[in-house]
Amino acid sequence: MAEAAVQAGCQFYAGYPITPQNEVPEYMSRRMPEAGGIFIQAEAELSAINMLFGAASAGARCMTSSSSPGISLKQEGISYIAAAELPCVIANVQRGGPGLGNIRASQADYFQSVKGGGHGDYRLIVLAPSTVPELYKLTMNAFDYADYYRNPVLILSDGILGQMVEPIEIRPYEPILDLPEKDYVLDGCKGRKPRVIKTLYLHPADSLMQWNIHLEEKYKKICKELQLTEEYETSDAELVIAAYGITARIAKGAVDMARTKGMKVGLIRPITLWPFPERDFKTLAKRVKKFLVVEMSNGQFIEDVKLAIECKRPVEFLGWGGGWYPSAENIFEKIEKIWSD
Amino acid sequence: MKLARPETLYDQATHYCPGCGHGIVHRLLGEVIDELGIREKAIGTAPVGCAVLLYDYINCDIIECAHGRPPAVATGIKRVLPDRVVFTYQGDGDLAAIGTTETIHTANRGENITTIFINNAVYGMTGGQMAPTTILGQWTSTTPAGRGSNQEGPPLKVCELLSSLGGVAYLERVAVSSPRDVGQAKKAIRKAFETQIKGKGFSLVEILSMCPTDWKQSPREAVNFVNNQLKQVFPLGVFRDLVP
Repeated sequence: MAEAAVQAGCQFYAGYPITPQNEVPEYMSRRMPEAGGIFIQAEAELSAINMLFGAASAGARCMTSSSSPGISLKQEGISYIAAAELPCVIANVQRGGPGLGNIRASQADYFQSVKGGGHGDYRLIVLAPSTVPELYKLTMNAFDYADYYRNPVLILSDGILGQMVEPIEIRPYEPILDLPEKDYVLDGCKGRKPRVIKTLYLHPADSLMQWNIHLEEKYKKICKELQLTEEYETSDAELVIAAYGITARIAKGAVDMARTKGMKVGLIRPITLWPFPERDFKTLAKRVKKFLVVEMSNGQFIEDVKLAIECKRPVEFLGWGGGWYPSAENIFEKIEKIWSD
Repeated sequence: MKLARPETLYDQATHYCPGCGHGIVHRLLGEVIDELGIREKAIGTAPVGCAVLLYDYINCDIIECAHGRPPAVATGIKRVLPDRVVFTYQGDGDLAAIGTTETIHTANRGENITTIFINNAVYGMTGGQMAPTTILGQWTSTTPAGRGSNQEGPPLKVCELLSSLGGVAYLERVAVSSPRDVGQAKKAIRKAFETQIKGKGFSLVEILSMCPTDWKQSPREAVNFVNNQLKQVFPLGVFRDLVP
């Protein structure tokens, strides 16, 4: 993830130590100066995200990373950055919660990631990689989405993905979008009128509402253009597992086990959690009998699955919070039980 | 006598109350930026507080920050654009209460930015609550019996606090409560920006300023309060100067 950021031209990284993502700031502390970028170990998560607010306003591609409790602390700054329409990349290597929780992998920050987190009506683009090579690819893409839509992008990873070792091919960065000129940057008003980046809208009375409408229009555009999924063995599936991130990868194993037993089971894996890939879920719901949601939380992601299919099919659930993660066998047992019903 | 308006100030009446010190400090800031010829390379931060509309008055690039976070935001800007002149404009609640962490660490890292710190011993915009710099015995809307009666502790002295930090290049406390003080305040602001331009590290000017509205005083009484009381608690002077 850190190298992908460097390859994508990330010029500024600020972070604060927290397990299980310390490898990122440690790598960046060495790699950023080498690549001509800036690394700052911030005094606080709040400071780190506000350093990004400054770096993004100065036109730099910038990134921070943390884990669940640290991401909670960053929410104030994330709200401001989203409100000011500045691009940046935030990575959350999720751990168990609530509170200090534990340092095992978790997916319990789903609501925080896709429903807001900070104050006000705003949205983050949320990407959920399920392998290390995909983490590499999506980190590069995240910078493009951030610049293209002028919006913060959150990479929602977890402690397993954050700690695992997997071979990747270091590919050079190539932009996937035609990126707009940064006409908002504060770099001194030489030859132009001064620019202001602000999030306070007091006058006229409806100015904040107008700004919210402007943001909402952008969010609608993102919803239309950026719904990404991967489907596995869904063409004839009667039962489809819905899972994201590392859970989806484990679920693939369960799908294979079920298929060898002749059970028509498939998998849908959202790659974008916001915007939620409603279209693909709706299409699947037309021909699938049942869904099984698997997530490493007590049931957050399942709400969006039900909303997307408008509860037109039964949705079973397998999941626990607090650092639980499933094995392919766990999921297969659940599949067998559902299948036999 | 009519003084010409500095180019760095917009031709715009301020929203500040009669007798408030912000207008004076804005004027000084405008004059210094003009004189140093840095308006087109200056990037400022506007605070949460009475000066949030700084960008309506100061004619340069400005970013409005969350409460307490301007030093972190300025750090991000300055590190990306080291040849620009970056300043924060902050009040006492912003700088010395909710943003104490950012203030201390930005100063200690020696970030090459300039902070204009308005100390008027009260939260202005929210209606006169206790500030970290409210003096002992001072009435505010949240110290109805005077500060010190309910274990609030004594006022925080920012220049004294920061003067022990290695990254600080220039620290001076001034006031804007007399013509002589205003003259010295301008010199200090100029010195602070020069310190940054020379790349010496963190510079801060603390300015004792009037808030007649929230002190429930007349503008004249407010000037006397600064001269007779605040200056006793917050002595004026240079606390650090690495560019003599």
